[in-house]
Amino acid sequence: MSARGAWPATPALVLLLVFFLFPVVRMLGFSVEAGSFEWYAKALGEGLYLGVFWITFQIALLVTLICLLLGYPLGFLIATTTPGWATLGFIFVLLPLWTSVLVRTYAWMVLLGRNGVFNRWLIDAHLINDPLPLLHNFTGVLIGMVHVLLPYMVLPIYGAVRRLDPAVVAAAEGLGASNWRIFWRIYLPLTLNGIFAGSVLVFVLSLGFFITPALLGGGRVIMIAVLIEQEVRQTLNWPFAAALSAVLLAATLLVYTLAQRFTRSEAA
Amino acid sequence: MAAQTGEDRAGKLGVEGLTRRFGEVLALDGVSLDIAPGELLTILGPSGSGKTTLLKVVAGFEKPDAGRVLVDGRDITAVPPAKRDIGMVFQNYALFPHLSVAGNVAFPLQMRNVASAEIERRVGETLALVELAGYEARLPRQLSGGQQQRVALARAIVFNPRLLLLDEPFGALDRKLRETMQLEVRRLQRRLGLTTIFITHDQEEALVLSDRIAVLNRGALQQVATTTEIYERPANDFVADFVGESNIFHGTLTAPATITLAGGRTLKVNSRGKAGEQRGVLMRPERFGPGGANAFAGKVVEAVYLGASFKLRLACEDGLELIVRQPARGRLPVPGQHIEIGIDPDAIHVF
Repeated sequence: MSARGAWPATPALVLLLVFFLFPVVRMLGFSVEAGSFEWYAKALGEGLYLGVFWITFQIALLVTLICLLLGYPLGFLIATTTPGWATLGFIFVLLPLWTSVLVRTYAWMVLLGRNGVFNRWLIDAHLINDPLPLLHNFTGVLIGMVHVLLPYMVLPIYGAVRRLDPAVVAAAEGLGASNWRIFWRIYLPLTLNGIFAGSVLVFVLSLGFFITPALLGGGRVIMIAVLIEQEVRQTLNWPFAAALSAVLLAATLLVYTLAQRFTRSEAA
Repeated sequence: MAAQTGEDRAGKLGVEGLTRRFGEVLALDGVSLDIAPGELLTILGPSGSGKTTLLKVVAGFEKPDAGRVLVDGRDITAVPPAKRDIGMVFQNYALFPHLSVAGNVAFPLQMRNVASAEIERRVGETLALVELAGYEARLPRQLSGGQQQRVALARAIVFNPRLLLLDEPFGALDRKLRETMQLEVRRLQRRLGLTTIFITHDQEEALVLSDRIAVLNRGALQQVATTTEIYERPANDFVADFVGESNIFHGTLTAPATITLAGGRTLKVNSRGKAGEQRGVLMRPERFGPGGANAFAGKVVEAVYLGASFKLRLACEDGLELIVRQPARGRLPVPGQHIEIGIDPDAIHVF
């Protein structure tokens, strides 16, 4: 783009500069306020904090995997079904996306609690005797995050399947391919970009997720964003919070860059 | 399998009473056809005539509401496309964009679990046949339209299909390339002895390629005949008008061997019909010449120079309008010029 063509973007650029770039730089400044990297050393050196990073990474990876396993069939179905069913599918995928994360997370608390809807059903149906531990643990966080992030997986996959020329699939079928082989040899390689885009989106969003792990984790599942919030509001250790944020930012950028590399080599 | 050539595998195709309805539209209206082993039959029709639907039913992508598809006498109407053993070239080629040329051509063999050494050999042979040896590693998007076309063709014939279907395959190519590809497809088809259905809306292409032509309109077969038969002796107005340029009139036979047109003019014709029958009359523009048993005189309304010939629109004194083609000799007639021409009874087709 020429410099002249960029002029209409000026307000947005100024906005980003003031409300995004400046705070980020300011935050990075906090983290090295003491004139040393001691807070980084603490963040990356102490087992407790490394553990939080590790848990965060694990949860993000699991959420991404589960979203992929649930999202691929769903996105595929919506992309290939009749227009009527596709609209219905879209409503089911998008409606949660338009609802506040807070509302949805509280709804999950109602559903998953010890005396929650699910446990009641299961006990009433005599499938279990004691309530299952679904809330304030790893499981609860996973369920809530998958629910919130699923649309970000479904939509890119839907787009990728839609971009595929139906004649190509028909050609494979006519040349003797079974449904199974059509999936492995045609659909999967030709929708890899969608899978990738969705996975990166979900993974990166998971890394910094706050509300859902904070509420559904009940203080027992500490993800990095939850830890940062504690440092800011309870411990009031802003430099340390800034250092943790910087590490999270770096990790996110790293994932993003690697993904970009991969998709580019994929397209070449 | 290795010893089999196309010839002894070429299938005989029969379709019987195929009917397919899409809502209010009757896409196929009781179509019945027989295609001999090794024959190239063109299905010719305007867009929306049902020709693509017919091809899809034969390939198995579309289920007919009624009727059967038979290959060598075996009913395959309920057989899924993957098990029909039919090679098809799609309108936009439908190559696998993520596979190399060799990968595309190898695909149908891999689906048949052919051994990899055998696959390599046959892919090489087939690519040589379509003159694409050396292009094995290219991706489809690195090829020109004509080359993609050849890959699609190679992919459709590499597994010795019982039947080859071509769905308007040359639509996207420029005229020169299209003509080259037409002749090449014809050469390959003859050499391999493949039973082939070719779909087109281009009547010239149909004449170049076919053993026989089946003309389709609004889902119904109009005529199935050899190329000369279709051009010289069309069965009805639609065929006469759709294939080539034509002067079509209607009249009543008045014995012996004359027909009186609606406008009152009487023509000498060769017809075995009985007096009093209502008939159509077809006169091809290039069949007119100086003299002839039927004489026409009129003024030139429009004259176009076409290189090899002049195309003239004549208004005769009795109100009849004629399209006439004359060899391009001398000067192009000018509008208003008086011209006399004629046509022999042999050159007039009565239907």
